[in-house]
Amino acid sequence: MSTGLFDQLVGLSAGVLLLTSVLLVWKRSLVAAVRLLAVQGFALATLVAVIGVNDHDAQLMAVAGLVLALKGFVLPWVLDRSRVRTGAVREETPLMNTTAALLALSLLTMLAYLVSQPLRVLVPGPTTAAVPVGISLVLYGFLLLTTRRHAISQLVGFLVLDNGIATVAFLTSGGVPFVVELGASLDVLLVVLILRVLTSRMTAKFGGADLDELMELRD
Amino acid sequence: MAALILLPLVTCLVLAASTAALRSPALCRFSGLAAAATVLGSGIALSAAVLNGSPSTAGGLLRVDALSAFMLAVVGAVGLTATWGGLPTADAPQQDWMFSTLVASFLGAMSLAVLADNLGVLWIAVEATTIATAFLVGHHRTRRSLEAAWKYVVLGSVGVAVAFLGLVLLYAATVAAGRPTLSWVVLTQGHLALDPSLLKVAGALAVLGFATKAGLAPMHSWLPDAHSQAPAPVSGLMSGVLLSVAFYAILRVQAVVNPVLGPSLMRGLLITAGLLSLTVAAGLILRQRDLKRMLAYSSIEHMGLLALAAAAGGTLAIAAALLHVLGHGLAKSSLFVVSGRILAAEGTTTIADLRGLLTRRPGVAVPYLAGMAALLGLPPFSLFFSEVAIVVAGFQRGLGWVMVVAVLLLLVLFAGLARHSATMTLGTPGGTSVDDASAGSPDPAPHGRQAPLVLALGVTAVIGFASGPLSTLLHQAAAILAGAR
Repeated sequence: MSTGLFDQLVGLSAGVLLLTSVLLVWKRSLVAAVRLLAVQGFALATLVAVIGVNDHDAQLMAVAGLVLALKGFVLPWVLDRSRVRTGAVREETPLMNTTAALLALSLLTMLAYLVSQPLRVLVPGPTTAAVPVGISLVLYGFLLLTTRRHAISQLVGFLVLDNGIATVAFLTSGGVPFVVELGASLDVLLVVLILRVLTSRMTAKFGGADLDELMELRD
Repeated sequence: MAALILLPLVTCLVLAASTAALRSPALCRFSGLAAAATVLGSGIALSAAVLNGSPSTAGGLLRVDALSAFMLAVVGAVGLTATWGGLPTADAPQQDWMFSTLVASFLGAMSLAVLADNLGVLWIAVEATTIATAFLVGHHRTRRSLEAAWKYVVLGSVGVAVAFLGLVLLYAATVAAGRPTLSWVVLTQGHLALDPSLLKVAGALAVLGFATKAGLAPMHSWLPDAHSQAPAPVSGLMSGVLLSVAFYAILRVQAVVNPVLGPSLMRGLLITAGLLSLTVAAGLILRQRDLKRMLAYSSIEHMGLLALAAAAGGTLAIAAALLHVLGHGLAKSSLFVVSGRILAAEGTTTIADLRGLLTRRPGVAVPYLAGMAALLGLPPFSLFFSEVAIVVAGFQRGLGWVMVVAVLLLLVLFAGLARHSATMTLGTPGGTSVDDASAGSPDPAPHGRQAPLVLALGVTAVIGFASGPLSTLLHQAAAILAGAR
C-alpha cells in the first residue's frame, strides 16, 4: 500500500470514529445511538484492516474480522434487542444539556491531545498522529457514562470507551498480543451480556430502565 | 512443577463446567469448597516448591514466584473460609447450581490472576472476576441487589478498562523500545529502555484502574453496595480475595514503573489513595447503621493501609503488607460469614436492632467478637504485628507525617468499630427487637459450622509470630518486588 493512501485511510477511519462519537453525545435518540455504534465498529475494523494490510500482518487481518463481527454486528444487535425490550426510544433526562455536552467535548479533545503528546513525540507517524482520537473516544465514553441516566445510554458509553481503548491499542502497537486481544474481546462481550440481563431484570422490576430508580443504596 | 501450576486452574474450570452441566445436588453443594481446597493445596505446595528451588514457568504465560505462590495460598485460604463457613445447614435452602458455578469460576479466575506472568492475562483474569461476581452480587434479585450489581459491573469494568488502557500504553512503550512484551519478568529485568514520559501515563492509568477494583477511595463507591447486597460468603470472597488480588496487581505494576521513574510517582498516587480511603472509611464507619456496610468500609480502611505500605516500599513494608493481606482476608471472611448467620437468625443486619447478642445468641456473638478482635488488630492476631510493622516501615522510609495521620485515623476507626460491636453484642436487649427468641432462654445454636471459623481465626492468631518457612516466603516475595529497585 502506498504511503499516501495508507495515511489517508488511517485518517479517514479515525475521522469516522471521532465523528460518530460526537454524534453519540449530540443525539439523544437511543435508536440512532445503536446505529452509530455499529458504524463506529465498521470504522474500527477498517482501521485494523488497513494497518494489517500495510504491515503485511495476517494475524491483524484476522483480528479485523473479529472486531467487525463483534463491534459491527453482535454488540449493536444485543444492544438493540435490549433497547426494544425496555421500550425506550430516547434518553429523556441527561444530567447535561446538549450545548454544555458539546462544549465539554471540545475541552476533552484538547485534553486528549495533551495526554497523547509523549507518544506522538516518541514514535512520529500517521498512526500515532491519530492516537488523540482514541483518547478522545475514551474521554467521551466517560462523559456519556457520567451524564446519561438510561441503562442503554450507559452501555453505549461503556462501548465508546472500549472502542477508544482498542483504537489506541491498534494505532500504537498494532494491537496487544493475540491472546490478550481474544480475552479482552470475550470480556467485553460478557460484560455487555450481563448488563443486558440486569437491564431486563430492571425493566421487569421497575417497568423501565431509568437509572434514577437506583437511588436506594447510600450513606 | 508445571503440572502443579495448572492444577488449580484446571480443577476450578472442570468443577465450574461440570456443576453447570450436571447440576447434581452434591456438586452444587461442594464444588466451591472443593475449588477453594484445591487452590489452597496448590498454593501451599507451590510455596514449598518455590522455597526449595527456582521460579518456574508453564507455557510462557504462567509462572510462579514466591509472591504468586503466597497469593495463591491466600486465595485458597480465604476461599475455603468463605465457602466452608458459608455452606448452608441441612435444613436451610441449598445453593443453586449457578451460585456454585460462579464461585468456582471466580476462584479459578483469581488463581489465574496471581499465576499469570503476562500482565495482559492478569488483566483478563481480573476482568473475568467482575463477570463471575456480577450475578453473585445480584443473587437475591431484590431491587437493592440489582442496583448494587449494576453499579458494581459498570464501575468495575470501566475501572479495569482504564487499567487496560494503561497496559496498552505500556505495550506501546515496549514496542518503541524494540521488544514488544507484556511479560512481567521481562519488563522488570531492566533491559528495556522504556520511554519515561509514556511509562508515567501508562503506570498511572494502570494503577488507577486496578485501584478501582481494589476499592481504594475515591473509586470505592461500588464496594459498600456490592458487599452489603451480596450473599455473605460472596462478600467474604470479594473482600478477602478480590480486593487483595487487585492490590497484588498494583504491586506488580509498581515494580515495573519504579525502576525507570523512581518511586515518587507511585508513592504520590498511593499515599493519596491510602489516606483518602482511611478518611472515607473513618467518616462513614462512625455513623454506619448496617453491619455488612460497616464491614465493607472496614475493607476500604485496610486497603488504604495496604496502599500506604506499598507507598513506603522496601522489604519490611511489603512483607508486612502481604502478612496483612492474609490476616485481613481470614478475619474479614470469617466476619462476613458470621454476618450471614446473624442475618439468618435475626432477619436483619441493622446494628440498632441487634442488641444483646451475647446473651441472646452466644452461638453467633462469640465468633463475631473473636473475628472483630482480630480485625481491630488486637494481639495475638497477626493484624497487630503487620499494622505495627507497616507504620514502623513508613517512618523508616521517610513517610513519618503520613503514618501519623494514618495512625490517628486508625484510632478513630478502632473506636467506631468497637462501639458498634459493643452495641450489638453487649447492649441490653429490648426496644423494638423483643421477640420470642430474646424473651426466652439464650439460643446457643451457632447457625452453621464453627470449624472453619475456629480454623481461620486460629491461623490468624498464630501467623503473627511468623517464623521459619512463612517468614522466608514473605521476605522472598518482598525481595522479588524490591529486587529491581
